[in-house]
Order: sequence, then structure tokens, then C-alpha cells
Amino acid sequence: MKPRASDYVHLVRMAGLFAVGITAFLVLRWLMVPADFGELGHYRTGAVPDNMARPIVYAGQAVCVECHADVAELRARGKHVRVACESCHGALAAHASNPDGQKPVRPDPRRTCISCHSANISKPKSFPQVVPEEHAPEGSCAACHAVHNPKIS
Amino acid sequence: MPGVEGFIYPNELELQWSVLIVLYPFITGLVAGAFILASLERVFNVQAVKPTYRLALLTALAFLLVAPLPLQLHLGHPERSLEMYLTPHTQSAMAMFGFVYLWYLMVVLVLEIWLDYRRDIVLKWRASTGFARLLYGAMALWSDNISESALKLDDRLGRALTVIGIPSAFLLHGYVGFIFGSIKANPWWSTPLMPIVFLFSAIVSGIACILLLYFVTCWLRRVPVDMPCVDTIAKYLYYAFLVDFSLEMLDLIHRLYEADESFRALDFMVKTRLFTSQIVLQIILGTLVPLVLLGLSQLVTFREKTRRALYVLAGSLTLMGIFAMRWNVVIGGQLFSKSFLGYTTYKMEFATREGLLPAIVLMILPFVILGVLIRLLPPWGHGEGDRGTHAQG
Repeated sequence: MKPRASDYVHLVRMAGLFAVGITAFLVLRWLMVPADFGELGHYRTGAVPDNMARPIVYAGQAVCVECHADVAELRARGKHVRVACESCHGALAAHASNPDGQKPVRPDPRRTCISCHSANISKPKSFPQVVPEEHAPEGSCAACHAVHNPKIS
Repeated sequence: MPGVEGFIYPNELELQWSVLIVLYPFITGLVAGAFILASLERVFNVQAVKPTYRLALLTALAFLLVAPLPLQLHLGHPERSLEMYLTPHTQSAMAMFGFVYLWYLMVVLVLEIWLDYRRDIVLKWRASTGFARLLYGAMALWSDNISESALKLDDRLGRALTVIGIPSAFLLHGYVGFIFGSIKANPWWSTPLMPIVFLFSAIVSGIACILLLYFVTCWLRRVPVDMPCVDTIAKYLYYAFLVDFSLEMLDLIHRLYEADESFRALDFMVKTRLFTSQIVLQIILGTLVPLVLLGLSQLVTFREKTRRALYVLAGSLTLMGIFAMRWNVVIGGQLFSKSFLGYTTYKMEFATREGLLPAIVLMILPFVILGVLIRLLPPWGHGEGDRGTHAQG
């Protein structure tokens, strides 16, 4: 039996539904994707100046040394010579711009040390590492080690 | 360090891809396999499997709806997945999956189910009242034309969709294997055979799943099992499994013969950490035993009761074997160091975002969805009637 025009109604409606779905998607895409997306790569071009405008939180090694030359000198004599101040003390730009008003938080002298010196099979053998529970079950590492020049004090 | 042997790099200590990533290829495999079984009846006109045709389609839909959830749970921030559609990265196989998935869900499965069920939907619309009437009316798109010529049109379109659906199902699951196969830094995964092996194992798992579901639904409905139907499904399961097994063995023999620089590390891993899941569960219990059982059923004419028990056992072992295969690929590929000098251990958590509990919930969810779908669109009675002789509404 040859199909009549009325036999196509449900198929036309389904096609219409698909067309509505695709149109809704295209409208959503037009609304949600920023106009400058993809100009330079698979990102929004405006993201670059946006990131540049964000406040700087790290002061940098040189700024710390300007005031804390004594600590820098102490560190320079020991194995932590290549560990930057902000690796342990955290971001210090706020403190550098307002030294008295913005005091940095003192690092926990156990957790901070363990984060690098906890024994791990993946670390080079020459790197000083301990099993904290065996080496010193409790207490501060600073009780025995000078943190800026970590030989036994 | 507990669980670590030899030398591993820091980022290899903890596995990044958890049991949820094991579920993902397992679930998509069930979708692809169930669809291929459904297409046997529709495209290749294997009438014997007709009683499972609609059940296979609904199962494929139920599992497909759940397929992306393990990935969403693993990655977190599900709201960001929309970005994959809005700003697709055409060079990312992962990103392209979104489109393969959407195509398969909307164009292949939903449309095919709708066309196949349209007559039933219209009849239910006419017979129901209240909310059910509204629901079925909406599903019928408020068009109640179920004349013979309109249904014939649906049938022709449905057949065309199934023809498109077969390569789509291949694409859906071949893609999952492609993702693993294209990770060149990992010798456990990096083989061009991976998409093909994944595809055939998907077909095997999907057929086994429908076979078991058919048994369960017959038992729940207290109706006799259609033996020619399960005999035919078991036959196809056997053939598909033979191809799958041959491909996996080809991969294994090729690895053994090639014996590249990773071979000793992988060989050691298979003989130690993956011994139970790969040798015992996947190869012996999950492949060889069901192959022998299915092979026996082809050679010897057992009594019906024995055949039923044999099929249920073979189907269950097959599903377990395919799950073990996914496990060995995903988890096994992360247990050895890329230095080939050390091994780590996968410690599965329980009630965390990527733990065993969400994995169990995700495996139960498709069955809940299937239950709802079966209630909404009962697949029964389809096998008794003939598609070409739909009654005039």
C-alpha cells in the first residue's frame, strides 16, 4: 500500500523535535561560548589579560633577601641553598608590600619537613628521607635540625 | 613501602583510573553488544531471537543512559561536561566521544525504540487516562495514525536506522578500545588490536547479558523459556566468543613473539599481581570454561533443563570474564612502572566517590532504569506476533 501524506505526520513531528533540539543547542552555544573563543587557540583570548590582571601573590626570592639577608646567608651555607623561601613559607607578596601589617604564617616545623623528606621509593637514594614514625614519632623537626641549614644543631 | 615493589615513578604510586573506569568500557560494551543482538533480528532476519529484540533495545538504552556516569563521577564537576559539546576539541578522542554518544543515544536507540513501539504507544494512549494518557500522548507526539501504511513506513525507517546503528555501535565501542589502544606510552594498552578486541568482547558481553536477562524475565513472569530463541542466542554467543578469544590470543601470541622491552615486566605482572584476575578469572573461568560449555551445547543434544542450566552458567561466567578483562586492561595497565622496574598495588576504597559502593550503585542503576522502561514499554508478546501483520488500530 502506498503511503499517504497523513502517514508522514508523526515522522515530520519527530523531525521537527530534532530540529528544535538542534536549534536550542545552537542558540545555547551562541549564548554561552564567548565571542573571542578560539581566536588564538582552544581558549578564550580574554583569559590572557584576565590572568595578567590578577594580583601577584608570590614576592620572589630577591625581595625576601632584601630584608632577611641573615637568613639567606645561613641557608646559603647548607643543603637548603636551592630551596626558595616561599616553598616553605608560602606566598609572601602581601607581607613584602606591608611587612609589619601582614605577618606570614610560620610553617609547621613537622608537616612542612615531612612533605619533602618522607621516605618514598620513587625518590633518588641520595635525597635525605626518613620514615617519620620511626625517625621521630612526635615533636618538631626543629628540635634537632636548624630548618634553614638543616644539619643537626 | 607497602604495596610497592622495585622502582616506580612518583606519579605511578597511586592509580589514577579507578574501578569506575573499569565500569565504563564494561557498560558501553553491554550497550553495543545488546544492540548487535537486536540487529540480528531486524537486519539479518534471524527470527529465532525475536523474543529478545525489544528487551535488547531497552537494555541497550538503560545501560547507555548510565554509561557516562562513571566518567562524570571520576572527573567531578559534571556541569563542565556540557563544554565538550559547546567548544569541542576536534583533536581529542575523548571529546569526540560526546558526539558519538549523543548520536547513538538519540538517532539510533531512542528513534529506533520509538518507531518500533509506536503502535503500542498509540494503543496505550487510547486506552489510558490521566497522567499516563498525557505521557503516552506525548510519546506518540499526539499522532495516532497506526494505519498499515504508516506502520510499514516506520518499519522501513527502523530497518534503515538499524543498518546505520550497527556501524554506530561498532564506533561506540571501538572508540573505547581506541582510547586505550592509542596511549602509546603504555605498552599494556598500545596495540591497534585494542579497538577490535574491545568490540568483540563487547558483542560477547552484550549477548551474554541479554541471554541472562531473558532467563530472569521469563522466570519473573512465570512463562516458559523459548528454547529455539536461547539456543540461537547461545550459538551466536559461541561464535562471537570464538572470534573474541582468537583475537585475544592473537594479541597475546604477538606480544610473546615480539617480546619487546616491556615484555618481562608485563610477563611478571601477569604471573603475579594479575594472576587471579587474568589467568584464573578472565582466561580460565571467564573464557575457556564458557567456550567449552557453549561448544558442548553445539555438539551434544542435551535435555532442555540441562541446556538452560548450561546457558545460565556460561552466560554468567562470560560476563564475569569480560568484566575481568576490562579490569585487567584498566587496572593492569597502571600497576607497572613505565621504567619497567617496579609495580604498585590498586587499593580499592569503599564509600568514597570512586569506591566500590558507587560502582555497585552504578551497576544496579541500569537495571532500575530497565525496570522503569519495561513498565512503560513492555517488550513482551512481540515474539509471538509478526511485524508485518500489525493490526489496524
